[in-house]
Amino acid sequence: MPLIETLARMEAAAAGAARPLATVRHRHLSEHPLVFVPLTTSGEAGAPLGALVGTDREKPLLLAVPQPRDRDLRFAFLAELADAVLPYVDGFADGIEWEERKETDPETGKKVPVQVELCADAPQLIVPSGAGIEFVRLMGRSMRFRRTAEQDPETPYPAPPHVPLLGRWFTHFGERAQVPGSCLLLSMTGLLTRHWATGQSALEDQHLGALLSWIDPPPGVSGRAAAERAESARDAEGQLLCPPAGPATDPAFDNRLLAPAMARYDAALPGAHEELRRLVEGQLRPTWDAVWQGNDLLRALPPGARVADRWKRDRWSYTAHRDRVRAGEPPQPKRDDAVTAARKLSSREAAQTQLDAQEALDDPLVMAARRLAGEAFAGTVTGVGMAYSEGARPMPRPLVTLRTDDRPQLSEGAKVHRPLPGGKTQPAAFVAYDDPASGSLTVRLTGGMGRGKVPEPGSVPEPGEAVCWTLFEHAPRGGPERPEPEDTPWTHGGPPATEPSGDAPDPMTAEDFL
Amino acid sequence: MTRPPHHGTKKPRQAGGAEPSGPAAAAARATAEILQDTLHSPRPGVVVDSPPGAGKSTLVVRAARELAAAGRPLMVVAQTNAQVDDLVLRLAEKDPALPVGRLHSSEAGSFDPALAELPEVRTSTKIADLAGMDVVVSTAAKWAYTKVDEPWRHAIVDEAYQMRSDALLSVAGLFERALFVGDPGQLDPFSVVGAEQWAGLSYDPSSSAVSTLLAHNPDLPQHRLPVSWRLPASAARLVSDAFYPFTRFRSGTEHGDRRLAFGVPGDGSGVDRVLDEAAESGWGLLELPARHTPRTDPEAVGAVAQVVRRLLDRGGAATSERGPDPEPLTADRIAVGTAHRDQAAAVRTALAGLGVTGVAVDTANRLQGREFDVTVVLHPLSGRPDATAFHLETGRLCVLASRHRHACVVVCRAGVAELLDEHPSTEPVRLGVTVKFPDGWEAHHAVLSHLAEHRVPWRG
Amino acid sequence: MSVPDARLPQVNVSRDSRPAAAAPQTEQPAPKPSLRQRLTELRGPGIRPRALDARALAALASNPGCRRRALLDGAGVDKTALAQALGSPASYGQSRFALARGNSFEARVKADGGAGLLRLLHDRLRPGTPAPGDGEVAVPDLSAAGPEGRAARTALALREATADGGWTLLDHPMLAVEVAGSPAYVEPDAVVVHPDGGWTVVEIKSFPMIDGVADAAKVGAAARQAAVYVLALEKVAGHVAAGTGRPAEVRDRVLLVCPKDFSNLPTAAAVDIRKQLATTRRQLARLTRIEDIAAALPPRTTFDLRLADDGTTATRPAEELAAAVESVGAAYAPECLAACELAFHCRKRSREDGAVESLGRSVRGELGALHTIGEVLTAAAPCTPSPGGAPEDPAAAALRRAAALRAEALAAAPVAGGPAAGPVRDTDGAGAAHGRQEPGCR
Repeated sequence: MPLIETLARMEAAAAGAARPLATVRHRHLSEHPLVFVPLTTSGEAGAPLGALVGTDREKPLLLAVPQPRDRDLRFAFLAELADAVLPYVDGFADGIEWEERKETDPETGKKVPVQVELCADAPQLIVPSGAGIEFVRLMGRSMRFRRTAEQDPETPYPAPPHVPLLGRWFTHFGERAQVPGSCLLLSMTGLLTRHWATGQSALEDQHLGALLSWIDPPPGVSGRAAAERAESARDAEGQLLCPPAGPATDPAFDNRLLAPAMARYDAALPGAHEELRRLVEGQLRPTWDAVWQGNDLLRALPPGARVADRWKRDRWSYTAHRDRVRAGEPPQPKRDDAVTAARKLSSREAAQTQLDAQEALDDPLVMAARRLAGEAFAGTVTGVGMAYSEGARPMPRPLVTLRTDDRPQLSEGAKVHRPLPGGKTQPAAFVAYDDPASGSLTVRLTGGMGRGKVPEPGSVPEPGEAVCWTLFEHAPRGGPERPEPEDTPWTHGGPPATEPSGDAPDPMTAEDFL
Repeated sequence: MTRPPHHGTKKPRQAGGAEPSGPAAAAARATAEILQDTLHSPRPGVVVDSPPGAGKSTLVVRAARELAAAGRPLMVVAQTNAQVDDLVLRLAEKDPALPVGRLHSSEAGSFDPALAELPEVRTSTKIADLAGMDVVVSTAAKWAYTKVDEPWRHAIVDEAYQMRSDALLSVAGLFERALFVGDPGQLDPFSVVGAEQWAGLSYDPSSSAVSTLLAHNPDLPQHRLPVSWRLPASAARLVSDAFYPFTRFRSGTEHGDRRLAFGVPGDGSGVDRVLDEAAESGWGLLELPARHTPRTDPEAVGAVAQVVRRLLDRGGAATSERGPDPEPLTADRIAVGTAHRDQAAAVRTALAGLGVTGVAVDTANRLQGREFDVTVVLHPLSGRPDATAFHLETGRLCVLASRHRHACVVVCRAGVAELLDEHPSTEPVRLGVTVKFPDGWEAHHAVLSHLAEHRVPWRG
Repeated sequence: MSVPDARLPQVNVSRDSRPAAAAPQTEQPAPKPSLRQRLTELRGPGIRPRALDARALAALASNPGCRRRALLDGAGVDKTALAQALGSPASYGQSRFALARGNSFEARVKADGGAGLLRLLHDRLRPGTPAPGDGEVAVPDLSAAGPEGRAARTALALREATADGGWTLLDHPMLAVEVAGSPAYVEPDAVVVHPDGGWTVVEIKSFPMIDGVADAAKVGAAARQAAVYVLALEKVAGHVAAGTGRPAEVRDRVLLVCPKDFSNLPTAAAVDIRKQLATTRRQLARLTRIEDIAAALPPRTTFDLRLADDGTTATRPAEELAAAVESVGAAYAPECLAACELAFHCRKRSREDGAVESLGRSVRGELGALHTIGEVLTAAAPCTPSPGGAPEDPAAAALRRAAALRAEALAAAPVAGGPAAGPVRDTDGAGAAHGRQEPGCR
């Protein structure tokens, strides 16, 4: 844990309330997110027990499976879920804008500009916790290979229409969530812990109720006391006052309330179905409200300047998947081939580097952590000396001296970068420490001054000006292109089989679980 | 560990054969077999494991020259610009008439200006400029952006264990067959984002290039260089046992072939006593009192600096098989190794305060592949309240413990054995992932118990 | 299988370790009288020691630096009851849905006389011998009275199976493993004896393997548990090899059987547990220090709850118990919450002491000798370093710099509003739970 975050946690522990870890909001929040609070059946892989879902905080749609071992009831749940989620997801498909992109012309092999569609906005799913994101991935995996009667009239136990499609979208959301800084699928605990430090451990922060208690405790109660109560306080019947945010349920709920209610449902007792729905809703509703409460807290923060830029990448991701679905491509394979895996890893690494840079540029508190780590330095310009590059056409290479309290880990010639107004970056090279004791050092500007012999006005900082240089790049470029999958080299097993036999639908057994 | 691993490890090809007479003969035979396979094997790849100081660079240079001499132009892939430049310089030194191309990126300072002095070496950012050269050398990163009409028939991939699988994926289309050379005991490649999603896949992009290569081509000829010419007899055994339990190697020299002596006798201080111990036995542990400290523990950093200062002040002289006369132990023959960059920076400052210059001070990552007469190591776990995966990583300790030709002095706070014993073992286990041996925890215990025999307290 | 904990209530299902029915007696090396007597005193008169099962043994490795846990587990103290009596009950529990599912899965795996299980084992481990044909798998009856009886029966069955040279499936064998001089009994889901004298531990878990991938934390826990079984088997194997003259070798690759994808059909994977074996071996050896820990306690220390006649209600005052517990040091970290019944009590103390570990083990790395939150915050406060004093602690210097940078950044923030931005005083204390309802809770 970075020292500055450790310190924030300790301040929070001493104060009994969370402390800010960010001064701006580093994630895009949709005007109309779709909140999804699922519960699963203990011991069954991905057998949902119920869910609250919707975009209206006052009117969530309650879905409950009164007997998760009954395939028809599970399919009914999935069909209802698809009916609730897919219209929302599709609702962004047709609002488009045009973007220019360079593509390789297949005839000439040259890069030519083309106009492509980009969805103007994209769906955003919010689940309570990291386990919720995992559950979305799991449900995506369980649904996307299902066959409907329409796809295959012979299939035993056909899935309701749209269920495989929901599986593909959930898979896409789950994959996208692995990309650092992406916002198509977010967890509320992830969002809150990015912006606030609590006085408890990161492990304990996974409990949404406890986490919110630290950040926004009830009046007159310390965050710590509220968090401890949220974690473990039980009523006279032994039920948690604040049910877990799921998807796993509390064993005491399973054993004392749910199991008897299911037995009554199985015995077809009147009212048993309604009772079960009520029980499931009782477990879900506090979490539903907590997610919206967290949403309110986050929306009160102003968005970081580069958040929209990252959201645009999410829109690209959404648009691309929309296109794949429209083109009738098959569902995502069970496991990536070598080329896809390499592409994903390098795009995630690039996204991580970009996120780290952008968060620092957007937020002085994040930059403070980078400065403390010796990865950036801020100070005041004390002198500027004009100098020129050697060569036939000398260019301005002014020497800028500044005083800083920071201790950057610099070696001679190290590249440093400075944000300029308007989003551009000015490069420079470290020259020397003039006086390590007083924190005086010199850098040589190497660009960002225009093309003339005289630097453009305002492009060279002036004495007295406050500047912040970073050792990291601001817009790191991605990795090299990878070969096409059909060109996978012998070192990596050669081209993958065109029709991976492993991606056949899961076999249906008489006692299939989902 | 005495039992062989279950899978994914190498068997020496010449199993069962009697040991040849000496280390030189063993090494020569291994080299001959490697070159034979490189030039004539029907398989598209050959893998060579090289322990520290076993002559990996010499092998690469020799293989490149033999391929070129046989009329087979080749490309060479290394991992860093410094490694590429070093290879080019070695090639030119061995064979000044060999046309060598140095492909480099367009960034300023991306190659050593000394290359420009070499008559047969051409440097360029474009592969087309280097057409017709016998050998073209570049980094994996630069090769990944290179497109060719016809693949090379031959390639050499250097430091293949430090290359990531996805980097190999990007360059493997450039060649038909390749010699892969590397040291499996050094630091593994890593990723800044989670790659658990692909754990267990043969082509996990975050794993090492060699793991992927062998998973898909288990029948490739595999060799190892059996002799470390760098490590003295006092170190080869420990390093081999602790870090290469399944591919043992030996020292090229015997006990007594190397000698480290000081002109100035010790003053009885802990620093001098540990130097005498290290000169005598090859190892010294300077132990500071147990205490939890931040990484840049001023006392430990100061102790490291004083050890270096006294090494120089006491007129060290190193005698080895290279010549009859002792060579003075100068600053450029000494290195300080640390786990973290800020520790290296603190040691540099402390050394500057004692008026020492010219000693290499760096992290394990940056000392990989380098060689010195004496190394002074700040133990990665010294003063730590906890042992993290980073600090336990086998490769880090292996690099730090295998850079020296004569002696290694480790500076450490007491209590590391207890720290290891109290380290929670709650490691996740991913199905299908070959377990990497040796385990860092065990290797640390092994090194520590050896060092304990050469322990000198800091004070008193 | 293991008992799930409440924080991860879905973990999996318990079946493997029926509690030992009686205190160990003959055949096993008895602990030294003084230690045994001391441990009896610690539990309280007439209290039977709680059996240490494989899960508990494996869990010791999750915090081997904790003397409190080593002593309480070594003495067989009922930590669940102790935590309850201390007023910080562990919220461990187990869903009956998970239990039912786990039981039905294991029954399915072992149906058909183990033929399916042996096929899986043969396919995944490729033991180099032909697969067993129909009806070629012996499944001996292992029932006997008491754990030591069952352990003896198991040893006999292993000996016969090895001498026999065929395939044998031992369903829930009982094994003894020595812990700090006392025997503990552990019960793997199954052990398979190969025709070549190899023995393989089989772990049956109810978490799924989806497309060949299983939850790595759960596989890790299963591997540590399997390591305990392998160690216990190694002793028997030594005797069997000596007695039969046939090789008997416990394999260090175990078979993990899990439901495949979303079905309850079994699938399996080989798990290499050599690392877990090395650490478990060393941890078990270190448990001998229980004697030293016990010796360092104040005289007459006991964790006796003084149960009332109902056998469940503790009559010992909580403060007295707490004092006894405090007499042996703990090494609390948040990870304990998922692994130890006493964790809520230790957390409370750790927080009261302001121990930095209460915020997570990883915070300690850069704090050096600063051990409490108070010390850290004092070190971070602005001050002038004493001139000519000792070289400044780099931890304090870094903290002061961190605090200054943080303050500077927050002051420059576009908005410093929102919750938790202003100063809040800790209002912890009695009655704190009154007032407004918690966010999102009843």
